[in-house]
Amino acid sequence: MTMKFFGFVAVVVVGILLLAATGDFPEWGDPHSPASEGQVSSFYIERTVNETKVPNMVTAVLADFRGYDTMFETVVIFIAGIGIIAVLRNFGDGAAHVPDPPEPDEGSDLIVRSTCRLVVPLIQLFALYVVAHGHHSPGGGFQGGVMLGASYILLALACGLPAAKRRMGERKAITLAASGIIIYAGWGVACMFCGGNFLDYASLDPLLPGDKAMARSHSMLVVEIGVAFTVTAIMFAIYSNLSTRGRLEKGL
Amino acid sequence: MEFLAAGFIEDHIVPKFNYWIYVILMMIGLYAMITKNNLIKKLIGMAVFQTAIILFYVSIGVKEESGIPILSHGQHHAIVDEGRPSEEVITKEKFANPLPHVLMLTAIVVGVSTLGLALAITQRIYISFNTLEEDEILDQLRRGGHD
Repeated sequence: MTMKFFGFVAVVVVGILLLAATGDFPEWGDPHSPASEGQVSSFYIERTVNETKVPNMVTAVLADFRGYDTMFETVVIFIAGIGIIAVLRNFGDGAAHVPDPPEPDEGSDLIVRSTCRLVVPLIQLFALYVVAHGHHSPGGGFQGGVMLGASYILLALACGLPAAKRRMGERKAITLAASGIIIYAGWGVACMFCGGNFLDYASLDPLLPGDKAMARSHSMLVVEIGVAFTVTAIMFAIYSNLSTRGRLEKGL
Repeated sequence: MEFLAAGFIEDHIVPKFNYWIYVILMMIGLYAMITKNNLIKKLIGMAVFQTAIILFYVSIGVKEESGIPILSHGQHHAIVDEGRPSEEVITKEKFANPLPHVLMLTAIVVGVSTLGLALAITQRIYISFNTLEEDEILDQLRRGGHD
């Protein structure tokens, strides 16, 4: 009771302080607010297309100007996935391990399975488009990776976890997640071998078609593919471990 | 008195309603995290808190009379293929700041995976304590029997 009361008081005090501070904040949609008119914003808007030839500024900032940030965000996702496997994965205890009875009909209903068979390839195709076209239209590695992961989760929900595991086994998922990070970081190291700084894509122009700006544009695609690998594998690993208490056997 | 309240709403809440919503959501999340006894409810509070921060960032990125920070096909073509200087083609006022979108884009996916990790730890706690209520877990810990 007292705990609830003190918690409530603390929350109300913090809320009132935050609301009092909104007096100094810019109004909704104000084009002269610091966020909209500041140097950072105009730097990105003016330089993106000249320096990278990429029309989507969000991807350019994500994969190029703030490449370090994105790389370590990907590492955070990877570590979270490894943490889930480390905390929850249960390999069974040898003697007591009884194999599950074979599932009667591999998942559920004919209609659900047939729809899933129709929809999953379309989702995956669209996800690949989102990854590959991410520097020209809205999209990128994170969004496409989540969609690819969702397609495997749909497969697991409709046809049972074993069916999804045949396509994306645990070993494969961890390898895929790690190779995504290796692609990203390796591309940064390749920049160092070509004489630039880590993740300084412009130095890769002898290896890639086009000039320095095009090298940055192509490098963004490579980096996004790395991100998509990691996100796909970790999303599926999260689902499959959480839904089976780490046994990876029957699923929901 | 009624007049005063109406004036306050019009002057302070209506033009800044996004901050009010974000503060209220954030306080709901904080309250749940502080006072709830059930670990899953605490995690729900944490997710609400995260959503409030995302709302805050995205609403800061709103800029009137401007579109998404992506060049149209025509503008891109004019700059890259025809070689026209970008200052002629792009006006700064027509593009929103891309930075809040970038930050929240990664924050959403990272939030999902950290929430997954939190749920995994909760599941592990349930497996070994057979409960998710905080006081019962503390009780069992005090009585010993768990290493």
